Amino acid sequence: MLLHLFALLTAASTAVLIFAGGLVTSTGSGLSVPDWPNSYGWFMFTFPLENWVGGIFYEHSHRLIASTVGFLILVLAFWLWRAEPRRWVRRLGFIALGAVITQGVLGGITVLWYLPDPISIAHASLAEIVFCLTTTIALVTSPGWKARYARRGPVPDDRRLQHVALATLATVYLQIVIGATMRHTDAGLAIPDFPWMFGHLVPDHWDPKIAIHFAHRVGALCVTAMLLIATGHVFARHRNRPELFRPSILLLVLVTLQITLGALTVLSHKEYIINSLHVVTGASVLVTTLILTLRAHRARFGDVLGPAGLAADARLTAGPGHPGAAAGARA
Amino acid sequence: MRIGSIILALFVASVALAAAACGGGSDKSTTSAPAAPVTNPVDPATAGSVAGKVTFMGTPPPPQPIKMSSDPRCSNPDAKTEAVMVAGDGSLQNVFVYVKDGLGNLKFPVPATPLVLDQKGCQYRPHVFGVQAGQTIEILNSDMTLHNIHAWPQTNQEFNLGQSLQGMKDTHVFTTQEIMVPFRCDVHKWMNSFVGVVAHPFFAVTGADGAFELKGLPPGTYTIEAWHEKFGTKTASVTIGAKESKDVPFTFSG
Repeated sequence: MLLHLFALLTAASTAVLIFAGGLVTSTGSGLSVPDWPNSYGWFMFTFPLENWVGGIFYEHSHRLIASTVGFLILVLAFWLWRAEPRRWVRRLGFIALGAVITQGVLGGITVLWYLPDPISIAHASLAEIVFCLTTTIALVTSPGWKARYARRGPVPDDRRLQHVALATLATVYLQIVIGATMRHTDAGLAIPDFPWMFGHLVPDHWDPKIAIHFAHRVGALCVTAMLLIATGHVFARHRNRPELFRPSILLLVLVTLQITLGALTVLSHKEYIINSLHVVTGASVLVTTLILTLRAHRARFGDVLGPAGLAADARLTAGPGHPGAAAGARA
Repeated sequence: MRIGSIILALFVASVALAAAACGGGSDKSTTSAPAAPVTNPVDPATAGSVAGKVTFMGTPPPPQPIKMSSDPRCSNPDAKTEAVMVAGDGSLQNVFVYVKDGLGNLKFPVPATPLVLDQKGCQYRPHVFGVQAGQTIEILNSDMTLHNIHAWPQTNQEFNLGQSLQGMKDTHVFTTQEIMVPFRCDVHKWMNSFVGVVAHPFFAVTGADGAFELKGLPPGTYTIEAWHEKFGTKTASVTIGAKESKDVPFTFSG
């Protein structure tokens, strides 16, 4: 249980990091600290507090939060390696660690190379993957997942839901990548009105930025449609399964909030708090869809542990220092 | 395991995207080598000049107060934006005027004296200036706070320097003509400046009286361009003979 709580903390801190990253871009502070990994020549953790001014406040905070998340994922990977009996979950820990290290390097490179669009877009896109990884680890270490959500009977193996959820997940991720492209190519206000586009249903003139912005709006419609199909299916067929019903409700709330924030981002001319909330809410839509997808696939994952393993798991998840941890990890 | 593989694939795809899409921080600066240039071509006995005044017609937007509260060490309640500065008689300040065309294959010595770009009161001094390609720009931090100096040209090399202490100095040389290279401080969003980099010494920036003068021009026909950060560019053609001075006025409107 402690391991699950720690994984939850790590996933939550990743969301905070994405919000902080959104603030950096929204305030145009990405280059306010020109060096990396140092900050104005100081070792990052000794940079004087009185120098956290203007854009530096956002950029340096982002770096410190990123370092904290990196450390949490390092501990999580080590903890999983010591205590987690499922090999694929242990691997997931190391994949998350590799991803967050790559993410840090991309963040550094984008500063040193003056924010080239491809690197910045990759940095934003990989951030979502890191969030997905930490969320997945938090989910699959949860008591509900381990118990196969069995309180309401056998977990359903609904192929249609699995396919729809997976397609929705891919659509949401693609939409986020388009959003990151729009953000980093400065196309956020390429279409300055909402809900119309230059007063029309479809823009009456085009350039690359307008096309990217338009793709993001079309993507929002696609995501909404996919989410309605997926959640509608859950409401129709699995209303009695709280592990599916709850994320479906949450998804409808989140996507409504997200569309509102997207509209407000345009109408407020990219007010930086609204803009950053739009980023983190998009990430929340992604991981909630991921949770729904994973839970829809729960029947396709085997039992977490056999009877002996369950007993070992109760001991091992108490902490990495437990004497039985190494033996359990080999199981 | 299946989900793990999907996530791994997405992760690998993201990294591959980054690796494939960007080849690194390339040097964007280019050099052009004119054939057989004539160095130091101006004969003082025949040199003429172009002078004039830049004015603004219409109602200019008033300078806006700058809110510097994000850095207490910048506090300057009198600070105002310098993008549009128009005097009572319509004189327009901070216009970069230069010879755009007409000098052909002539080559001019580069001044040895550096031009100083100061950061003072959390504003750039000067706001608009010119240098000759190859001339050194000395960037000085006169403030009690830290600044980054971020130049983002199109043809010259982009750079981003940090100056964390008062009195720090850095130098930079732009090698290629470029109108204009913007500077900004990403710490203090309101700070920006523009430098015109030209291959010759015939440039000027208008002061509060809107006046400019390009002295020492060899006789010939020239295209003169006036650039303003908000109002764009205006050009004029002028022919000057030996020892001749011509008046070339420019008028912008908003």
